[in-house]
Amino acid sequence: MFGQHFLILPVVLPLMAAPLCIIFSHRLFAWLLATLVSGLSFVISINLLLAALEQGVLSYAVGGWEAPWGIEVRLDAASAMVLSVVTGISTLVLIYAKASIETEIDTNQHTLFYTAHLLCLTGLSGILSTGDAFNLFVFLEISSLATYTLVSLASDKRCLTAAFRYLVMGTIGATFILIGVGMMYMQTGTLNMMDLAGRIAEIGGSRTLNTGLAFILVGVSIKLALFPLHMWLPPAYTHAPSAVSAFLASTATKVAVYVMVRFIFTIYGAEYVFHTMGMDLILLLLAIVAIFKCSFMAMAQSNVKTVLAYSSVAQIGYMILGISLASAAGLMAGLLHVFNHALMKGALFMAVGAVLYRTGSVDIKAFRGLGIKMPFTMAAFVIAGMSIVGVPLTAGFVSKWYLVTAALEQQNWLVAFLILLGSLLAVIYIFRIIETAYLKKPIESAANKDIKEAPLIMLIPMWILALANIYFGLDTSLSVAAAESASHWLAFSTLSEGGVQ
Amino acid sequence: MNLWSALDPSQLINLTILVPLIGAAAVVLLAKHPNWREAASITTAVILFTLVLAITEHTFNQVPMAVVWGSTLPNINIAFAVEPLGVLFALVASFLWIITTIYAIGYMRSHKERKQTRFFLCFALALSTVMAICFSANLLTLFIFYELLTLSTYPLVTHANTEAAKRGGRVYLGILLGTSVAFLLFAMVGTWVTAGTLDFTPGGVFNDTHSKGMVALLLVLFCYGIGKAALMPFHRWLPAAMVAPTPVSALLHAVAVVKAGVFSILKVVIYIFGIDNLGQIVTADLMLYIAAATVLLASCVAMTKDNLKARLAYSTVSQLSYIIVGALLATSVAAAGASLHIVTHAVGKITLFFCAGAIMVACHKKNISEMVGLGRQMPLTMIAFAIGAISIIGLPPMAGTWSKWYLVVGALEADKLIIVVVLTISSLLNVAYLLPLPIKAFFNRPGEKQPPWSWSEVNEAPLLILIALAVTTSACIALFFNPQPVIELINLIPGVSTEITR
Repeated sequence: MFGQHFLILPVVLPLMAAPLCIIFSHRLFAWLLATLVSGLSFVISINLLLAALEQGVLSYAVGGWEAPWGIEVRLDAASAMVLSVVTGISTLVLIYAKASIETEIDTNQHTLFYTAHLLCLTGLSGILSTGDAFNLFVFLEISSLATYTLVSLASDKRCLTAAFRYLVMGTIGATFILIGVGMMYMQTGTLNMMDLAGRIAEIGGSRTLNTGLAFILVGVSIKLALFPLHMWLPPAYTHAPSAVSAFLASTATKVAVYVMVRFIFTIYGAEYVFHTMGMDLILLLLAIVAIFKCSFMAMAQSNVKTVLAYSSVAQIGYMILGISLASAAGLMAGLLHVFNHALMKGALFMAVGAVLYRTGSVDIKAFRGLGIKMPFTMAAFVIAGMSIVGVPLTAGFVSKWYLVTAALEQQNWLVAFLILLGSLLAVIYIFRIIETAYLKKPIESAANKDIKEAPLIMLIPMWILALANIYFGLDTSLSVAAAESASHWLAFSTLSEGGVQ
Repeated sequence: MNLWSALDPSQLINLTILVPLIGAAAVVLLAKHPNWREAASITTAVILFTLVLAITEHTFNQVPMAVVWGSTLPNINIAFAVEPLGVLFALVASFLWIITTIYAIGYMRSHKERKQTRFFLCFALALSTVMAICFSANLLTLFIFYELLTLSTYPLVTHANTEAAKRGGRVYLGILLGTSVAFLLFAMVGTWVTAGTLDFTPGGVFNDTHSKGMVALLLVLFCYGIGKAALMPFHRWLPAAMVAPTPVSALLHAVAVVKAGVFSILKVVIYIFGIDNLGQIVTADLMLYIAAATVLLASCVAMTKDNLKARLAYSTVSQLSYIIVGALLATSVAAAGASLHIVTHAVGKITLFFCAGAIMVACHKKNISEMVGLGRQMPLTMIAFAIGAISIIGLPPMAGTWSKWYLVVGALEADKLIIVVVLTISSLLNVAYLLPLPIKAFFNRPGEKQPPWSWSEVNEAPLLILIALAVTTSACIALFFNPQPVIELINLIPGVSTEITR
């Protein structure tokens, strides 16, 4: 009987653990508890993913109230896959954070960090597992509020303006989503996603629904930092503590991508959004501009965290590009990149965090000569960087392969070519850093002399992610199967049940 | 005399890829003991060569050899299979690796180069990827190891760690990664979407049901995507890579890397497009003329270069396009000439690079204008240079004669007289930019008087370098008098033959 309650555990466990961190207010205890809870959620998520791959959909009625009256927790392959990524990265980041936050967050705020992290995890897991549109908004707010706190925790005071900017933009986004959901409710009288899908299909197009869709898409685009609504992201990732950047870059925006997929494919239906409303072209154009503009921006930065932040916006472009192709193959490529990009960016931000821990700077000048002084950190950086570039045998290559295949299947040669051209820009901004680390002589100064390799507790999670980049480049059976079944299920559900013709 | 007869033939493929990796590990472990480290390098190279010899013997006996490592993408395996063209390239690369290692030891030590362990390590890694390229059974496998070869040679190019080396490395990586990602990967996905397979298939994978325009576009993408073949205008990386130490230039940029490029083009032409189908592809002629233009233009640029290595680099660009011309002429004889040219150009050009390095070590001279009268100090090196140059030009009694012969016959068979003209002019240009060096080295300026020559003037390169030179020059001559084994191997390639068909 306990079996079915598993579905809600990834949400409930961190939620219950979060206040404990504050109450006991003991750093080591908070770290242990947070890591344990997050690890447990990860194990549960993996089991849920395997179950979802087998059974299709897992559903759970909260409090025994059946949908559509009660709140439904609903996991399919897409949500279970992203849930596994989120909880997995969260666990690794928490292990890593123990050392990392020592230099970046004031000691008396460490327990606050763990609390906020757990609340953020609660919110993200909630978004992924809920089957209710309003509930999704609530969890989005939980995670966002926790995120604003996390960003502002850094001892570097510039994080406060970054966090405030993020707060303003994020709140606008959340409000838009709320307005959109309100309009859907106005027209259909329901908030359950499956119920919504059915009723929207019955009603057909109406002005209220169209306006609601517009509000939701704009709101979600702010949350996932789609160009040109990405301006909050680079400062936030730059000035947040490294552990927070690593966590947010590989989870928060991914979850927002999931929300977009959910609204487009499950609730409104791909037919309606892409063909009737013509969103595919708009998204495609924005995605391509995002890839190029932000890759160029990444090249011009001297702060390595900003480079990675702009690179994130560019990589989000690839995910949206996959979705905008409006085909099962494109959706699958987009989801696969959600997964793979989490691995790359997590490892990269962790490596940069390790450099910050040892050198006290993330300026590209601080990287000089680090190839010799911090060989393991930089090797992990190189592996993850190769993955961003899309070198074969890394996870990045697999995503790129599927994206290009999806574009060529539609005879869309130009888009396929632009995808590849975009990855060449990644070569430039990644190799600039690698070249500095390996070929430039370090600045000789007393402080620079005793730079050592990062502590093991930072290296281990970093290397797990770096090796995962190689593993998922070699053995794609799990990642591809999950993405395939997710996209199949999403595309199938819209074609058969939802969608307004 | 098969040392490896106890083994399952297919396992030999795994070993050729693994042995250099083990050698690389040994090099790292023995970093503190230079003599043992170098012994490890040479032993690995020799073992690798015997492995390739064993594979060659099996190939002549028509023993099929193939292994599958697993699949990274659904329905596409990382797989290896032996076919004669790959064996040919593997033979060249593994044999010259032994010689280059001997040479490199002499060069690196007398030049007191830094970071010799990293140097020998990257060398071994590069050879491992070359072996994987030789035996790859499908495009994806080829592509993967093609990229790894670029990455594993990048530290060799930037070895000197100077500003110039860094710039050279940037161009190297930029062009090679750029073309392969923008065009080759694109061509590969295009092939996958069009033909539904990436396997190298005798006779090609395309047929009449596939859109002609698509196949024509793919050919262009392949020719430019394989940037290592240095087809103009994507040839800049090759001169840029000459900042590397000379042994690197010798093996990697006269043999392994550039030949991996033209080898890939030959392989794609023979096993993806099919020689017989090539004639129907509209862009084949276009690419043929671009390659012919590269032959001439690169030779012209070579004449303007005073730096010896830069001149040799442009000469390589020109000679590589011979092979592309041979592949695109779409006749079996021309393809045979192209395959043979992989071998003959390799031995010829490596000799020239060895000489350039020897001069650098012994006399510290880089520019041709400074080498007047050098024959008095380095007679052996200069004789070797002359032999290599004659082989590149394609005159008897040197190996280059045969490949040029078959290329010309192939051009005639294809009724492309203009290609015959291009090849002839190119030979003349080769004479003009290669021979002046040994001539000036041996003969005085008119009117200038010098004391009679005596042994005391001789200031030759270290013995190890001379041994390497002796081997490659002998190979240049031996392959003229006995090209038969190589030609027999080439005749085993499906659709390729030295026999004139009409």
